[in-house]
Amino acid sequence: MTNGWIDIKNADMMLVMGGNPAENHPCGFKWVIEAKRQRNAKLIVVDPRLTRTAATSDLFLQIRAGTDIAFLGGLINYTIQNNRIAKDYLLNYTSAPILVKEGFKLPEDGFYSGFDPASQTYDRNTWNYAEGGDMSGKAVAATAQAGDPPQQKSSTAAPKAPFPPPLMPEKVAYDLTLQHPRCVFQLLKQQYSRYTPEMVERITGIPKDQFLKAADLFTSVRKDGDMKKVGTVIYAVGWTQHTFGTQIIRTAAMLQLLLGNVGRAGGGVNALRGHSNIQGATDMAGVFDSLPGYLKVPDPTDKDFKTYIDRITPKTVKPAGWDSFNYYSNTPKFAVSFLKAMYGPAATKENDWAFHYLPKVDRNYSWAQIWDNMYRGSVKGMFAFGMNGVAIGPDSQKNIEALKKADWLVVGEIYPDETSEFWKSPGIKPEEMKTINTTVYRLPCAGFAEKDGSMTNSARWLQWKNVAVPTPGEARLDQDTVAQIFLRVRELYKKEGGKFPDPILNSWWPYTTPYNPSLSDLAKEINGKALADLTDPKTAQVIKAGQQLPGFAWLKDDGTTLCGNWLYSGSWTEAGAMTQRRGTDDPSGLGFYLNWAWSWPANRRGMYNRASCDLQGKPWDPSRRQIWWDEAKQLWVGNDVPDFKADSPPKDHMGPFIMNQEGLGRLFVWLNDGPFPEHYEPIESPVQNLLHPNQSNSPVVKKFKTPADKYGTAAEGFNVICTTYRLTEHYHYWTKNNPMNVQLIPEPFVEIPVELAQELGIQGNDKVKVTSARSYYIAKAFVTKRIKPMTIDGKKMYQIGIPIHQGYRGIQEDAGRDARTILNRLTPTVVDPNAFTPEFKGFLVKLEKA
Amino acid sequence: MPPTLEIKAISGHAGTVPGHGASRDYDVCKLIDVTTCIGCKACEVACLEWNGYSFTETVFDNSYQTMPETAWNYWNLIRFNEHENSDGSISLLMRKDQCMHCADPGCLRACPADGAIVQYANGIVDFHQENCIGCQYCVTGCPFDIPKFNPSTKKVFKCTLCSDRVSNGLEPACIKACPTGCLHFGSKDDMKELAEQRAAQLREQTSHKDAGVYDPAGVGGTHVIYVLHDIKNPEMYGGLPANPRVPFLVKLWKGPVKLLGGWAMFLGVVGVAIHYLRFGPKDPGHTTGPEDKDDRTKS
Repeated sequence: MTNGWIDIKNADMMLVMGGNPAENHPCGFKWVIEAKRQRNAKLIVVDPRLTRTAATSDLFLQIRAGTDIAFLGGLINYTIQNNRIAKDYLLNYTSAPILVKEGFKLPEDGFYSGFDPASQTYDRNTWNYAEGGDMSGKAVAATAQAGDPPQQKSSTAAPKAPFPPPLMPEKVAYDLTLQHPRCVFQLLKQQYSRYTPEMVERITGIPKDQFLKAADLFTSVRKDGDMKKVGTVIYAVGWTQHTFGTQIIRTAAMLQLLLGNVGRAGGGVNALRGHSNIQGATDMAGVFDSLPGYLKVPDPTDKDFKTYIDRITPKTVKPAGWDSFNYYSNTPKFAVSFLKAMYGPAATKENDWAFHYLPKVDRNYSWAQIWDNMYRGSVKGMFAFGMNGVAIGPDSQKNIEALKKADWLVVGEIYPDETSEFWKSPGIKPEEMKTINTTVYRLPCAGFAEKDGSMTNSARWLQWKNVAVPTPGEARLDQDTVAQIFLRVRELYKKEGGKFPDPILNSWWPYTTPYNPSLSDLAKEINGKALADLTDPKTAQVIKAGQQLPGFAWLKDDGTTLCGNWLYSGSWTEAGAMTQRRGTDDPSGLGFYLNWAWSWPANRRGMYNRASCDLQGKPWDPSRRQIWWDEAKQLWVGNDVPDFKADSPPKDHMGPFIMNQEGLGRLFVWLNDGPFPEHYEPIESPVQNLLHPNQSNSPVVKKFKTPADKYGTAAEGFNVICTTYRLTEHYHYWTKNNPMNVQLIPEPFVEIPVELAQELGIQGNDKVKVTSARSYYIAKAFVTKRIKPMTIDGKKMYQIGIPIHQGYRGIQEDAGRDARTILNRLTPTVVDPNAFTPEFKGFLVKLEKA
Repeated sequence: MPPTLEIKAISGHAGTVPGHGASRDYDVCKLIDVTTCIGCKACEVACLEWNGYSFTETVFDNSYQTMPETAWNYWNLIRFNEHENSDGSISLLMRKDQCMHCADPGCLRACPADGAIVQYANGIVDFHQENCIGCQYCVTGCPFDIPKFNPSTKKVFKCTLCSDRVSNGLEPACIKACPTGCLHFGSKDDMKELAEQRAAQLREQTSHKDAGVYDPAGVGGTHVIYVLHDIKNPEMYGGLPANPRVPFLVKLWKGPVKLLGGWAMFLGVVGVAIHYLRFGPKDPGHTTGPEDKDDRTKS
């Protein structure tokens, strides 16, 4: 979340889309209710189904699954056409005035400039800012282009090498009149002028009048140019789980920048995370392409530390007239301190901080790819802790087939789950079981109440919890299990050597109880400490060697600091565990609670809060004062921790988005699939893309190619749109083992529109079979009025929805009370080209009575 | 000091009420703002856990609703209704159903067992199963269909408004569990004011121009009140009666009939005594035979 859970109470307008917080985040949803009760805030819900969130909304629109960009693009168009933009904000805090390089092309035909069909990737050379400084009022004359930096030359001659990301020119060209045809604002305006209310209706199925009602309501916060009101956008995996998921979120970010809603209390773009600590998992590099604190992983071209650090450290770009903080210029400090935490004394300046120990990531190792690799036989074993890979899918049957081919599987869980029992999934006969040679080790682990440690919530708060009950029986803590495996592997390396034992032998393991490290030891290491006496030249404050660091501002690139994750620096200082604080004072009444737990970065509760003030440093809304410029102190001060260079006066015109090298909120970016979001159809869609029928899907999305990877079409009879979701009564694939939850929702079901049920002769509670190109699913029919038939480009279409929670292991499953099918047998293996998230929302199925 | 409960009336009990006049001087009330309920069922689980009821086998029934009705061991149930509005749009209505704790409780009126149903001065209507005779007259007496009979113990059960918690200064378990704050608990006056404020806010600020507070006069008002989007159509929230009343027969039974019955019983006893004095003991040899029955059939 850019903001936080409690901050939702400060909103005047709320758009919930791609999420269902009332059901999946009921405790956080109280702040939505609070905004409605206390501020008369309006709630707009856009979803394929009328959910329990929609039940409390002021306006609900039923959208076709997978058409979110069309809807949001329509909102952007409406905002611009009706002059609901935040003009000063846009001009000064975003990239709207920046000029884009000549040769850049919008995707009228489905392709941006630079597409390379051979590799199905883009050469993003033209997706960049132009050089040239102030071009205000020189719209027509502006044609000359500064020469490209040499590394930016199009490399079509060698299509196999990945195209390098564009480097921003130092002296960026801009037009403060926003009139230049190549300024970001004009390009954006042109891009979304195609997203008319009529087009939105044809693509999304939302009638024009309803769309206009929602558009008017949401953008009404900026009616008549007033900057006081604030609107928030709230989403969850309903946005991420698409082959264009990252781009949906970008569309929302752009809309919020246009409206001046980012950086402000009650505003922002807010991701609701699906597990109690999934934010923490992401922060600590729970994905293959980042190191803790979102440092980029090294790749094979990084021949030494300098090459690596030069590649990943953004150069400061200062468009004349703006100052830029470019906080990521500190990347070397974060990286060296991280390597010191990894390898301790073995990381020295002389050996490049042991950079050569770090694995160089040579290809995609994302979730779906791991299973694909196992299916193809190149991954031989798997540790599965805290997740149920077979049930998670996509294409659970493919995952089962993959596990059959593996040599071994280690599952750390609190219940026997579908993954550890893949070898007896329905359909496998005893004769076949005998042929499965995978050795399965099932390790009893600890549940959340049996562990201490911190959890990082959606609001970026690190909150420490204590152990409530001891682990039962032989169950052990994760760190116990993992540490023992590591230390024994290390023993083997010591004894037997190996290809490259150094990284294992030299891993820094300074824990008090090495075989079962305490999480407080780890939390302190993650916060970081001084390895030599450090002095702050400004304040003369001294941190002695061995002491905990007060925050990431103290990190050094000379090996005198150690820090496991720079973002978490400040969470466990010499004053103790900030994560354990429980102060409930809230002097501003805005719900920041600066003394409750600790929030990254630097205990800031609302990110980009410089943007909550006007150019002079005064809050846009005096009743919601986050921070402000104190002329007497010559400092930014306030109710929240300023997310800004504290002593940069407003007259210096520093961009508020200090993590971007140019300091501006980006309306134009270089993702893998386009600098502006464009509507593409899901991989399985019943219609051609109405914007460009010849290029329906995103051109950079690649289908998987094993025999298990089948993709269906409407022509083959897969003519019903299906989406998946979670229910408030259950937690993923766990609570089917808990009687209380099972009682609340005892059986799997499929939500079916009344009209479709009538056509197929299906009554409520009938057994139905849902079939995709991959497999089938059997459950009871939930015939409902809450999903209505849709008209998509004049054709009647149906959507159905299926909760994810059941499988072949649980109370009801074990008792044989349901069909023991896993929902994700239906879902396709195909992923977003940026985040590699599978497309669980929006695929095609057939529906029939079972 | 935690406030203690004060007895106002006891079922089947004649004469003065023990302890009358002591303890707290306000009525308690649970406010359910249906417009902010998200149907999460946390209240259902809290109710079960506090009252020590465990897993009940349920069956999916074309709804998110846990079961069709409240049960003797399931006192708190969110009722889900898909309501079609006049403009064709659908509202998903979710109403927490439980004992309404009527000021004029039909169950208590109907109950013949001494001490089985107790109404405390704070408004809580509580069942004391040790005194229940299993006649289920309370079931008939309730206009909200709340008391439920356990066939194995032959006792009737329902929501106690957590009288055990409330008497120790705590809020009911459902209130504590509610994540959105759609449930409130306090004095009737306070809750009534809060409810009216919310209803007014809904009328003025939202499209719910008929929002209102459900506190039906037919049962003397209730100690569980609702804020509804549409006060004119309470039935659409899963059968909330528009004008609940203590059934006429129960009123009759506890009113004039009871009086009449008392007299009838007295007169009966007097009659039997006179009969005995006049005719002496019954002759065991003279019984009604099949011939008599046949005679009656003929006539």
